[in-house]
Amino acid sequence: MSTLTEVPEAAAARDTPARRRRRVDRLPYLLLLPALLIIGVLLLWPLGQVVVMSFYRLNSVRQLRGDREWPWVGLGNYTDILSDPFFLTVLRNTVLFAAANVLLTMVLGTLVGLLLNRLGRKMATFVASCVMLAWATPALTGTIVWKWIFDDTSGLVTWLFNALPDGLSNGLFGRSDWTGYGWFNSPLLFFAILTLVVVWHSFPFIAVSVLAGLKSVPSELHEAARVDGASPWRVFWKITFPLLRPVFGILIVLSTIWDFKVFTQQFVLAGGTQDRPTFMLAIYSYAEAFSPPPKYGLGAAIAVILTLILLVVTGFYVRMVLRQEDES
Amino acid sequence: MKKVALNGAGLLVALFAAFPVYWMISTSLKPSREIFSATPQPVPTHPTLEHYREILTGNLIPGVSFLDFFLNSALVAVSTVVLSGLVALLAATAVARFRFKLRTSFLIMLLVVQMIPLEALVIPLFLMIQRLGLYNTLPSLILTYLGFSLPFAVWMLRGFVAAVPKELEEAAAIDGASRAQTFRRVLFPLVAPGLVATSIFSFITAWNELIFALTFINDQGSYTLPVAMTFFFGRDDTNWGPVMAASTLFTLPVIIFFLLVQRRMVSGLVAGAVKG
Repeated sequence: MSTLTEVPEAAAARDTPARRRRRVDRLPYLLLLPALLIIGVLLLWPLGQVVVMSFYRLNSVRQLRGDREWPWVGLGNYTDILSDPFFLTVLRNTVLFAAANVLLTMVLGTLVGLLLNRLGRKMATFVASCVMLAWATPALTGTIVWKWIFDDTSGLVTWLFNALPDGLSNGLFGRSDWTGYGWFNSPLLFFAILTLVVVWHSFPFIAVSVLAGLKSVPSELHEAARVDGASPWRVFWKITFPLLRPVFGILIVLSTIWDFKVFTQQFVLAGGTQDRPTFMLAIYSYAEAFSPPPKYGLGAAIAVILTLILLVVTGFYVRMVLRQEDES
Repeated sequence: MKKVALNGAGLLVALFAAFPVYWMISTSLKPSREIFSATPQPVPTHPTLEHYREILTGNLIPGVSFLDFFLNSALVAVSTVVLSGLVALLAATAVARFRFKLRTSFLIMLLVVQMIPLEALVIPLFLMIQRLGLYNTLPSLILTYLGFSLPFAVWMLRGFVAAVPKELEEAAAIDGASRAQTFRRVLFPLVAPGLVATSIFSFITAWNELIFALTFINDQGSYTLPVAMTFFFGRDDTNWGPVMAASTLFTLPVIIFFLLVQRRMVSGLVAGAVKG
């Protein structure tokens, strides 16, 4: 570490201007090097590798370790997946689930954001703190608690339904005793509960972001509109929404990306990877690759399909933003 | 009237958001007969720490207790935080303090890699971990989480470094401090609060992660807490008292850390949007 003891004048004297500039130029690259290496090796290389793997038939760990041949199958894995009617089920589950969750999260989040903006100071702080709790809770434990709330013997929801007057419960659902009712058994109910869990976990981020956006918009505009007698609905669509359009754009894309690849909540709620009728792309890819017998190539192909769909989503968004900037 | 309606809606939102967290803690403090009683008790009438005692003193598998899993998780998370903080600080300094040719490309790449669905990388990273001989070891997870947390950490730290007035460093340089000294004595102490905030995010990422931990670790003694929880508690016939106690112990550090830094989270994620 000779530089530490060097007197600056001496150093300056020894460095010609050209050499000095060159040294300065190299420093930022040196500082970036570790980060570039890590991102390259741990994110970009695997991204390329998953595409490569999707072209091979890989059915054992020994192939992955390189002890055995990798038989090339070209697009074989893709044709296997796309010709399997089950893939349509998975795709339908994924798209419908993502669409429903993005919509519900955005609507609830925006409403809560608008509400927080209108509440008094103390009340807003209280509500925001509670909302923050839902956000801070890890997906894993949040899901476990919801699973307990829907427990079929002592869960709160089971108790609530048991507490309904028998006549009403019979008339509406055809049963009055809910003890032992499997809340997660029918795919539709499973998805409804999964939606509840995911929306509960993701609306706080939307609410807080919308609130942050609202705070940055001058309130005079809203007041003026309100004085002119515009309804809240009109104020939102004519003033708030256009002003916050970039924020909404980003929030919708982020939500779409998150909701397309939900894994933890589904894995915990379903208790593993056995519940095939409720599969979505992320868990389908994982189950094909890692549930015995392993099919890494097939799993990789599904992962590539998932990535491509998300790429299209991101692409749409980028185009949307660019067009918007052209207009303004 | 309108105010009452607004406050009512606020209370409903607060209830919906906070109830599961309340219910987790409240269940963890109830004796089993209260948990499994026909009529749920809104608050624990006979609060007890028996479930905490059970998970903290008992062994989940022979020779391995809840605390071991807790320590595995802590070890992985802290290692990730230290490594990712160090590397991110160097990179953030580069992009915040220097103008160089590939600077913009690097920043764009940081944004793009954050869009990569990590769930799609399980299979290729599993291959890499197998080849490196790291399967079944905690370093396999440290390495993985380092990659996941780094882009956001650099992105966030960049702002903190840029916020330190350049004049301070220039003054130090005039006083004869070398680059390394300036970095250590001037920049580092001023960026430290930002480094703490960034570290908390890396910590939460590593602490909460499930899929990769599930895939890379086969030896039960090396399970991290999330894997142990799905493995031992996610099964049928669940004994909810200990499960909620374990969930509470797992959740509390995250909530505390999270509340310390949540403000920066929003600004970090939507930063590009507001600037337009």
